[in-house]
Amino acid sequence: MIRPSHKAQLLALLATLLISTGGATLASLAQSTSAAFDPAEALPGGDTTIPDDGVNAFSMPAANLSVDRQTPFFIGNSFFKKNWVESPASTTGRDGLGPHFITRSCAGCHALDGRGAPPKTRNGQSIEQPVGLLLRLSIPGDGGKDGIVAEPTYGGQLDNFAVTGVRPEAKVSIRYKEVRGRFADGTPYSLRAPTYRITQPAYGPLHPQVQVSPRVGPQVIGLGLLEAIREEDILANATRQEAEAQGISGRPNRVWDTPSQQWMLGRFGWKANVATIAHQTAAAFNGDIGITSSLFHNEECMPSQADCIARQRQEAEWRAKSKAREASPHDIDDRTLANVVFYTRTLAVPARRNPQDATVLRGKGLFNDAGCASCHTPKYVTGDLAGLPELSKQTIFPYTDLLLHDMGEGLADGRPDFQADGREWRTPPLWGLGLVPTVNSHSFFLHDGRARNLMEAVLWHGGEAEASKQKVLKFDKAERAALIKFLESL
Amino acid sequence: MRIKSLLVTLAALGCLTTASAQVKTSEVLNHYGDLVYANYSDALSGAQALQKAVNDFVAAPSDAGLQAARKAWLDAREWYGQTEAFRFYGGPIDGKNGPEGQINAWPMDEAYVDSVDGKAGAGIINNRKLGISKKSLAALNEKDGEENIATGWHAIEFLLWGQDLDANGPGKRAYTDFVDGQAPNADRRRQYLKVVTDLLVDDIGSVTKAWAPKARNYRANFVRNQANLTKMISAIGILTRGELAGERIEVALDSQSQEDEHSCFADNTHRDVVANAVGIRNVWRGEYKRADGSTLTGPSLRDLVNAKDAAVASKVDGQMDATVKAAEAVPAPFDQAILKGNANRPKVEAVVSALKTQATGLVEAAGVLGIKRLNTALPE
Repeated sequence: MIRPSHKAQLLALLATLLISTGGATLASLAQSTSAAFDPAEALPGGDTTIPDDGVNAFSMPAANLSVDRQTPFFIGNSFFKKNWVESPASTTGRDGLGPHFITRSCAGCHALDGRGAPPKTRNGQSIEQPVGLLLRLSIPGDGGKDGIVAEPTYGGQLDNFAVTGVRPEAKVSIRYKEVRGRFADGTPYSLRAPTYRITQPAYGPLHPQVQVSPRVGPQVIGLGLLEAIREEDILANATRQEAEAQGISGRPNRVWDTPSQQWMLGRFGWKANVATIAHQTAAAFNGDIGITSSLFHNEECMPSQADCIARQRQEAEWRAKSKAREASPHDIDDRTLANVVFYTRTLAVPARRNPQDATVLRGKGLFNDAGCASCHTPKYVTGDLAGLPELSKQTIFPYTDLLLHDMGEGLADGRPDFQADGREWRTPPLWGLGLVPTVNSHSFFLHDGRARNLMEAVLWHGGEAEASKQKVLKFDKAERAALIKFLESL
Repeated sequence: MRIKSLLVTLAALGCLTTASAQVKTSEVLNHYGDLVYANYSDALSGAQALQKAVNDFVAAPSDAGLQAARKAWLDAREWYGQTEAFRFYGGPIDGKNGPEGQINAWPMDEAYVDSVDGKAGAGIINNRKLGISKKSLAALNEKDGEENIATGWHAIEFLLWGQDLDANGPGKRAYTDFVDGQAPNADRRRQYLKVVTDLLVDDIGSVTKAWAPKARNYRANFVRNQANLTKMISAIGILTRGELAGERIEVALDSQSQEDEHSCFADNTHRDVVANAVGIRNVWRGEYKRADGSTLTGPSLRDLVNAKDAAVASKVDGQMDATVKAAEAVPAPFDQAILKGNANRPKVEAVVSALKTQATGLVEAAGVLGIKRLNTALPE
């Protein structure tokens, strides 16, 4: 029991404490809601969730995939990880690289199934060719089933590597400028704004109206679960956002799906410009590594690229003569492609690390208060994915609405893709975010890796997310730390 | 505080009730340390015997010298192969800065190291501008791509056997490749072989040291932490399913390609499979037959499981024997056995099937020890 005199002393002490530790901090923390813990959110991939939190956290198959069902996962993994080589080669199962390419394997951009990084820099200037970052190219116009009109000399994507005897299309140079700002409490921050330059173009100048969109390879986890989300649940996000009337207005992308030959809801890629993992996988093989398949038969050699075309013809002749290639007229056969698709669909999402931590729950509350969860929609129950009961009917926490949003001028790439305009990006899923530094030894985020850490990524948000960013700018130090701790727990 | 966390760990492992009457987790971990050290010591002795044979050979190349070096390589692989049961938990072998990629990376692009059929001037050996030292080869290993393997068992294997262009036997490199005047850059080939073997001995030596008893090293910390029981069992689970059954056999069965064969130059893949299977059983049983013929035995994972569920222990025990037996039944050359229509293909498939059963058994055994969600599926 506290006697009156002591009570007075205690109050005085408390008052001193409030002043000395910053009264605003304690007061605002008391105001902000600490979100409740949902036991299901500890396992963001539902039954597919794996417990690993180390360097291999993005490389495991869905936990509920039986020992027998893992076989295509292993075979797919082998083709995801190992390099493709120039033909003709003694490695007949993996030849056909190029003529132009960006990387030699899927893992070249998705190291350890994780996230690519922008090139290293010195004094704000890139000092190496990007590997996990590519430049998409186009010119204005109706792209029809391609979604874009390819740049007439270089195609839809800039290939900064080529096989022996063929010229790389160009080199990429990035210059970063520091843009400084302050939080409401006066704490300074700095963001780096990139400018992209295409240098040493091998086939003449680029089209004067060229549109350039840089993109890094994100972590490959949980993609099958995203594919299993019911379309009506994604469209309902747009309806909900409209009803919320907070200036958020997500739009679905509608894209052409080559495997199923139909227009579908876009879910994958930085602009939701791809509908299915089968399309994504085959298109990446083709565009990034120069590997043809029954879905994408042609290497991307443009009409003015004589060396590329000659090389393509030569490859076709070698192939016609090769006994090993009788089974498939393409660089990758359908069975192998299906194995890589299976692999990509079943890479598991790791468990949250400390979802019940008090600071994490406070950060979650702040995330909700700032309106982040409107687009980074936390929770779904997946529908049925044909052939993959493991991914069906799972309660998952991807933190995305899979819709397009205007993200403001700062992030705009000015390059439309199907229905997405030059200011719109798809809300990326946030699961696995906190493990990127563990797996990939870096913390570069956003579509081109310009953000050097999670807070910079938050501060780049503009457009529909401007109001949310303004709320974050008003957070004090402890609140900012709590928000980041929450994101790192994902 | 420390005692409390220990109790929590023990409770999590489900050992509290049985620990006193039966074998203790700490004893199992200690014995594991002994077993790992003994196995790496034997692998190191094997590598040193290879080093001696290589030194003799490069001093005065002869066919007899080449044969002796090949035999030493094959003998050494028997011991190294068993140590792969100690991988997959970020220990001294494959943790950050661990030498695994420098010791045992595969498959290799031969043309990165030396000339191949149709590419006479290929490789580091034929590029006189490149220095050949332990340091330079280590730097060149896996540079610009994971097939660019410059060091380790398989680089040595390629130098000793050459490309395997014969369906029925291993590579047929002649000792004259190492004789001045009979092959281009023979001096550099001799130097390469010597340096790369020296590096292998250094690397296996460093891992062995990390497991030495009575030292301030990785082992000292490892055996102290009871939670590392999970690493022990997870490692053999991953080697069982993800690595051996998946990456090393199922991928090869699917591609039917020599490039997916572990020891393709020497046609020794069939023995790699057996050594891995034996290595897994060693850890499970706490039993290791040493190079000198003696047998090391002690408290084991099996004992821990047996104390809680004898039926599961006995079942997994039988699965381990079945796997080793199935692996021993696969004849060389592996690159022929994996071909569709080959009479030996079902024998390779039987190994996969045995390993899958064993993986399921290990998950069950882990469950008996209170370890939930044991993932045996990490591929490289």
